[in-house]
Amino acid sequence: MTVTDVARESVASALEQAPVVSHLNPLPSYDLADHPVPTGREEVWRFTPIKRLRGILDGEPSDARLEWDTSVPEGIEISTITAEQARELGELPPNERPAALAVARSGGAALIDVPAELAPGEPLVIRLTGASVDDLVWGHLVFRIGNHADVTIVLLHSGSARYCATTSFLVGDGARVNVVSLQDWADDAVHLGRDAIRVGRDASVKHTSVSFGGDVVRMHANVEYAAPGGEAELLGLYFADAGQHLEHRLFADHNQPRTKSNVAYKGALQGQGAHTVWIGNVLIRKVAEGIETYEENRNLVLTDGCQADSVPNLEIETGEIAGAGHASATARLDDEQLFYLRSRGVSDVEARRLVLHGFFNDLIRKVGVPSLEGRLTQTVEVELAKTVLAGVPLGASLILPVEEVAD
Amino acid sequence: MSTLEITDLHVSVNTEDGPKPILNGVTLTIKDGETHAIMGPNGSGKSTLAYSIAGHPKYTVTGGTVTLDGEDVLAMSVDERARAGLFLAMQYPVEVPGVSVSNFLRTAKTAIDGESPKLRTWVKDVNNALQALDLDPTFASRSVNEGFSGGEKKRHEIAQLELLDPKVAVLDETDSGLDIDALKIVSEGVNRFASKGNKGVLLITHYTRVLRYIKPDFVHVFVAGRIAEQGGAELADQLEAEGYDKYTSALR
Repeated sequence: MTVTDVARESVASALEQAPVVSHLNPLPSYDLADHPVPTGREEVWRFTPIKRLRGILDGEPSDARLEWDTSVPEGIEISTITAEQARELGELPPNERPAALAVARSGGAALIDVPAELAPGEPLVIRLTGASVDDLVWGHLVFRIGNHADVTIVLLHSGSARYCATTSFLVGDGARVNVVSLQDWADDAVHLGRDAIRVGRDASVKHTSVSFGGDVVRMHANVEYAAPGGEAELLGLYFADAGQHLEHRLFADHNQPRTKSNVAYKGALQGQGAHTVWIGNVLIRKVAEGIETYEENRNLVLTDGCQADSVPNLEIETGEIAGAGHASATARLDDEQLFYLRSRGVSDVEARRLVLHGFFNDLIRKVGVPSLEGRLTQTVEVELAKTVLAGVPLGASLILPVEEVAD
Repeated sequence: MSTLEITDLHVSVNTEDGPKPILNGVTLTIKDGETHAIMGPNGSGKSTLAYSIAGHPKYTVTGGTVTLDGEDVLAMSVDERARAGLFLAMQYPVEVPGVSVSNFLRTAKTAIDGESPKLRTWVKDVNNALQALDLDPTFASRSVNEGFSGGEKKRHEIAQLELLDPKVAVLDETDSGLDIDALKIVSEGVNRFASKGNKGVLLITHYTRVLRYIKPDFVHVFVAGRIAEQGGAELADQLEAEGYDKYTSALR
């Protein structure tokens, strides 16, 4: 063994003892002092328009709440616990300021308890509605899913607010959980959210984040594993219109052997100033041998004046893995696809609609909540109606008859 | 009756270095009931002719005319050409992820006919068309051309030909890359289409092999962006024996 190898070994073992070794994310902590107000130059904030967060990060206390409307299958209990109790349940500690603020300012958490082996046929639906963007709302939710339970959880956000929330999913051994969080806010809403998932032994979690509405939406999805054998599928769908900022940050922390993560986010952008951000962080720790991870982000830019940032990051600290990969692509509508469809008589508008529906359909089908599929498809349709179906020229993607090209 | 008339067609391809002429005056008339084969070496402009007829934006028509039953094809958009009765079976059909074959076929049929097909007969028609080309019924639920083998893509093109029922079909190297069984199946599909009567077929190919299964009424030898020679089916036999050498060497 050379000197360099020894040095590397000792660094690695020192890192292994640290709570989080990732260079990509700040250290987790409940202490607000560990999460200073960002300037915007920090790696985790550099894509976010901080001024448009309307002071959320200042962390003023507020008692405002979103209106709750729930459909709760039999056997699932909702109660209130203190922030300390939530911490004792073993949720992932906050790893950035909004999550730390949400815990500190919420004055306790809503605990949603899904008992072991419960398998309700119906999804648990929580509709959260904001009254006004003047309301600053702190939120803290904890879902405790018992061993071998099988449950679908749907969180629907609408109306308006400045909403900052942390939502924990503590998933028991062998459980199967399907979470969908839909951000269907009014145009002026601001939402900073963090969904933190701890995956139990051999458990399987699917988490889908869908963002259509809001002025600024910045969602974090974090996954850690409590034991080997867990699987996480992280899906996302977003559609940014003029002036909207939609940001999705993923962090899959492979801290256990033989765990899996699979990330697929798809987005479309249209209109001046539409901005999307996708950050896919994956950390494979030294202990996490035999893991498999793949992450993918695809963006379709439908008009000029949009910006799509897409950054996959993979940190690998062990070579003993089954597979790791990532892909990112941002493009306009494909001319060849449109030509193929139009050569079969399909009009230009209809061809674009087909290609876009195809782009999203793949993902909508994967969400696996039949009662939501119609709503998602319909929302995509409404978004497309603003440009594609309205015949707004799509720049370079527009196919002109040969003679017009000649002009 | 339907007639596709191509007169003195000049076409350039748009390249980074500016337009590059590919077709240098093509004149060809396809009357209904006729099957024409265009044969030629690689790079002679055969595919450019096919794509120009269909209206691909990469190609710019710099001279000449194309009419279908007297209507100016070049003035039509890509989809208008298809609705007017032109069909292009592509050499490299394009993948459209997330759009099922059945959705695609129904959308195309609706666009061509101007009204939705009757549901009951349509499902039967689609199944029959797929079956005739030895494609499994589950094929209809797959995404268009995604993950298809080369042979499946070509058979899918011919299934579309039969379902969309155009006036004139342009087949761009539909035979290339097919094994002998697939070649027979695809050729039978083309022959079924041609035998409906009042149909024109423009078969573009590099090889004479396909002409054992699809009998052309006319054979055109395509070299350097124009027709160098034309004749009957016997010209194909001559090409098989002698190759394109005598045409290409004349250019050197």
